Amino acid sequence: MRALPVGDDALLVEVNSGEEARALHAELLRRRAEGSLSVREIVPAARTVLLDGLAAPSRVACELAMSEVPPAPPRARDVVELPVRYDGPDLADVAAHWGVSAHDVARIHADIEFSVAFCGFAPGFGYLTGLPPRYDVPRRATPRTAVPAGAVALAGPYTGVYPRSSPGGWQLIGTTDTVLWDHTRVPAALLSPGTRVRFVPVGSS
Amino acid sequence: MTDRAFSVVRAGALTTVQDLGRAGHAHLGVPRSGALDGPAAALVNRLVGNAPEAAVLETTLGGCAVRPRSTVTVAVGGAPCRVTVNGRPVAWGAPVRVPAGALLDVGAADSGVRSYVAFSGGIAVEPVLGSRSTDLLSGLGPPPLTDGAVLPLGRPTRLHARVDVAPQPAPPAELVLRVTLGPRDDWFTPAAVRAFTTRAYSVSAASNRIGLRTEGPALERALTSELPSEGVVLGAVQVPPDGRPVVFLADHPTTGGYPVIAVVRAADLPAAAQAVPGTPIRFVAVRHR
Repeated sequence: MRALPVGDDALLVEVNSGEEARALHAELLRRRAEGSLSVREIVPAARTVLLDGLAAPSRVACELAMSEVPPAPPRARDVVELPVRYDGPDLADVAAHWGVSAHDVARIHADIEFSVAFCGFAPGFGYLTGLPPRYDVPRRATPRTAVPAGAVALAGPYTGVYPRSSPGGWQLIGTTDTVLWDHTRVPAALLSPGTRVRFVPVGSS
Repeated sequence: MTDRAFSVVRAGALTTVQDLGRAGHAHLGVPRSGALDGPAAALVNRLVGNAPEAAVLETTLGGCAVRPRSTVTVAVGGAPCRVTVNGRPVAWGAPVRVPAGALLDVGAADSGVRSYVAFSGGIAVEPVLGSRSTDLLSGLGPPPLTDGAVLPLGRPTRLHARVDVAPQPAPPAELVLRVTLGPRDDWFTPAAVRAFTTRAYSVSAASNRIGLRTEGPALERALTSELPSEGVVLGAVQVPPDGRPVVFLADHPTTGGYPVIAVVRAADLPAAAQAVPGTPIRFVAVRHR
């Protein structure tokens, strides 16, 4: 574990794996909840957790260096099920990358339990992990100027669902009608770090 | 609609509603947003007797014009500009009474980029996640002003302005940005880090509320592998593949996959919000506090 200073009031804590990042994130949330860590933002990502808005970052860095991070707690929360039509325009390209049929892409993808490693890119956009590394796919060579809301997409090791229409370079494999982000709802984001997710295939119309 | 409202007569190039922003939601991918020149927004609020969290207008270069439906006190600050009520010049940087139905015109910036307009009672659009700020990256908050739009105003508090006029810093002729190196300065060659803190940059016309883009020497990477996405802070200096540093401003994305070479001191960001394209920039390395 390495704590890198970021400006005068933030720390970027770097670990070696996504699993370690999950454990660190859980531990930092626990410390904030019990009152031993005062911080404005705790932002998990692929291999890091950012602590932003610290009064004394160097003291927190020392405390982290001297303390043990317990293994991540079991994923206790309910599974969010996202009904999906596997009808994306890049389904055939993904099938080719995987060396399987388009039908098998849907079967393999729907068979996985995902979890939200972190959020970013847009409000409510979760980077979902769970696919084995052999299913990594590159981004599209040319990003689309408009990806529709609800598009289920792959890039690198991640699956994501576009919460609203936006430009995007991910490979589109399907569509869900579930609303990922609604600022009038509590919570606004359906997916937040740690949420477990399953894609449930529904017939394409 | 009650009388506590104003209509937009001239929206200007880009005029948005801004307050202190919506920090605390970065883990959901929600940018903090908020006024880019925070001290200017705070000052105009104080001039009309508003609390610091009241929402104000932030204009971009071209100003704007509005017509309040009831008599309000307004104050214009930030980028200096000509201010008129029904065509008659009134004070900039001081409280001004605008009668119901009169036309308040906030002129183009004489210098600087962003003027701020506070109304007694504040702009009362519906808050989103605790803030009324327009976030141009993710589209949260009210849309940018359009001609003919009507925006509600809140009830004035009984606070009395404690200042009549207040000095405001002039927009910078040269932007000096103090930076602490890291967290990813080791992803660049030593020559690139030296160039970053010694060579001359300038403000690019492609700058916006998301980032202050620069023109100047491209910074060469020592590590060319892909950086896994990581959380980024306000003031982070990210270096995209073209090598030109971008200083992240209030609407910045919450995570990013390009290395951050340094972070600009928070106290220097308001000046960055007022630097017109072409302004020379110097990044000066300072130690972590």
